Amino acid sequence: MVKTELIVSALENGTVIDHIDATQVFRVMQLLNLNQSSETVYMGSNLESKKLGKKGIIKVANRFFAPEEINKVALVSPNATIIEIKNFEVVGKTKVSLPDKVKGIVKCMNPNCITNHEAIQTDFTVMQGEGGTKLKCRYCEKFTTGENIAFK
Amino acid sequence: MKNKNLISITDFNKEEQLHVLDVAEDFERNPHQRILADKVVATLFFEPSTRTRLSFESAANQLGARIIGFSDAASSSTSKGESLKDTILMVSNYADLIVMRHPKEGSSRYASEVAGVPVINAGDGANQHPTQCLLDLYSIRKTQGKLDNLNIAFVGDLKYGRTVHSLTQALCNFNCTFHLVSPVELKLPSYVKQTIKDKKLEYHQYTELADVIPFADIIYMTRVQRERFADLMEYEKVKNAYILNKAMLQGCKDSMKILHPLPRVNEIATDVDDTPYAYYFQQAKNGVFVRQALMSLILGAKQ
Repeated sequence: MVKTELIVSALENGTVIDHIDATQVFRVMQLLNLNQSSETVYMGSNLESKKLGKKGIIKVANRFFAPEEINKVALVSPNATIIEIKNFEVVGKTKVSLPDKVKGIVKCMNPNCITNHEAIQTDFTVMQGEGGTKLKCRYCEKFTTGENIAFK
Repeated sequence: MKNKNLISITDFNKEEQLHVLDVAEDFERNPHQRILADKVVATLFFEPSTRTRLSFESAANQLGARIIGFSDAASSSTSKGESLKDTILMVSNYADLIVMRHPKEGSSRYASEVAGVPVINAGDGANQHPTQCLLDLYSIRKTQGKLDNLNIAFVGDLKYGRTVHSLTQALCNFNCTFHLVSPVELKLPSYVKQTIKDKKLEYHQYTELADVIPFADIIYMTRVQRERFADLMEYEKVKNAYILNKAMLQGCKDSMKILHPLPRVNEIATDVDDTPYAYYFQQAKNGVFVRQALMSLILGAKQ
């Protein structure tokens, strides 16, 4: 814990994505396109966490995210916390919340869905079911669920 | 309903569905009404379906409309690599209404978003076939005099049968009780059962067809297909359990009717055809009236 706190406060300006599900750090990187970032990005996996046991953390220097962009993280890591840092001070701390709609970023898991065969922007309605997050495809009407959520 | 698309049965609310059935009744009494004589209907069948295509084309013909289109993808530009979007945009220039069947799920919804004219889904892969659902509702109402409070038995492949899924969703508006007869491998998917639960309606599951015959108002048969089974031993065990024959019908309600989306293979023995309970061929005929109603409502020739 001490070590992660130190790195958080070491950011002068930027965003910390904390309490990421330990297995989902790389998916969050991909989801926010951070592997293409020109800014400094720190990434930690399997860190000790009182809340989650193990967690992941990502810190991006000089980057602030619009809510609709950062809330995509909730698709793979519903417990993530977003901390905004300005001049070494925490200026904002929010939990991610699931968006109602997800357009374009997720692939439909149905191989026979038209969105996997033509250049069509995918469009899902986000629903909470017994087994966690479910995405209902606007086109084929099938559900893409939890571990099957893959990004385009 | 003018200019509306019909992609999924839930695109029409209960009142709209009932209105389609009322207008279809009018066409049953008077099928030759040349009220679409100035219209062109495109039937785009990217996969062959002779029965559905002929039903739509017969309906359009009786309304006086002209028909353009193709009956399989090989005779369209798709075979040259044209995208669905381009085909639909092009056909929108030539027709007032598009009726389309396509092997990919979601294709009709997408077509309705790019087309400049209304689209009727005539089947998109394993997803939706809403005109079948409406003709099933029409057949049930016609034979039972109502849609409410009926005991509906679905028999056979309830897992993959899209007609069963859409009809269940539609009948959830009418306080029906569902009796689901299938092998364990082919039970109704949980998301369809959830629709029944959401409406606080009852469903019961069975593996024996004989259990539902005494009280069913409608027995809706579907085919148990060999290719649905991972284990062929399992198929061999159940394959004859879902075949309905005349002897089994003893003790059924007098008003009971047997429906089937057709084509039938062997799941209804031919000795059932001559009983008063067989309704599957009239059911197919009703499809023409329902499609006449839909086309005239969507094109504004009926209110």
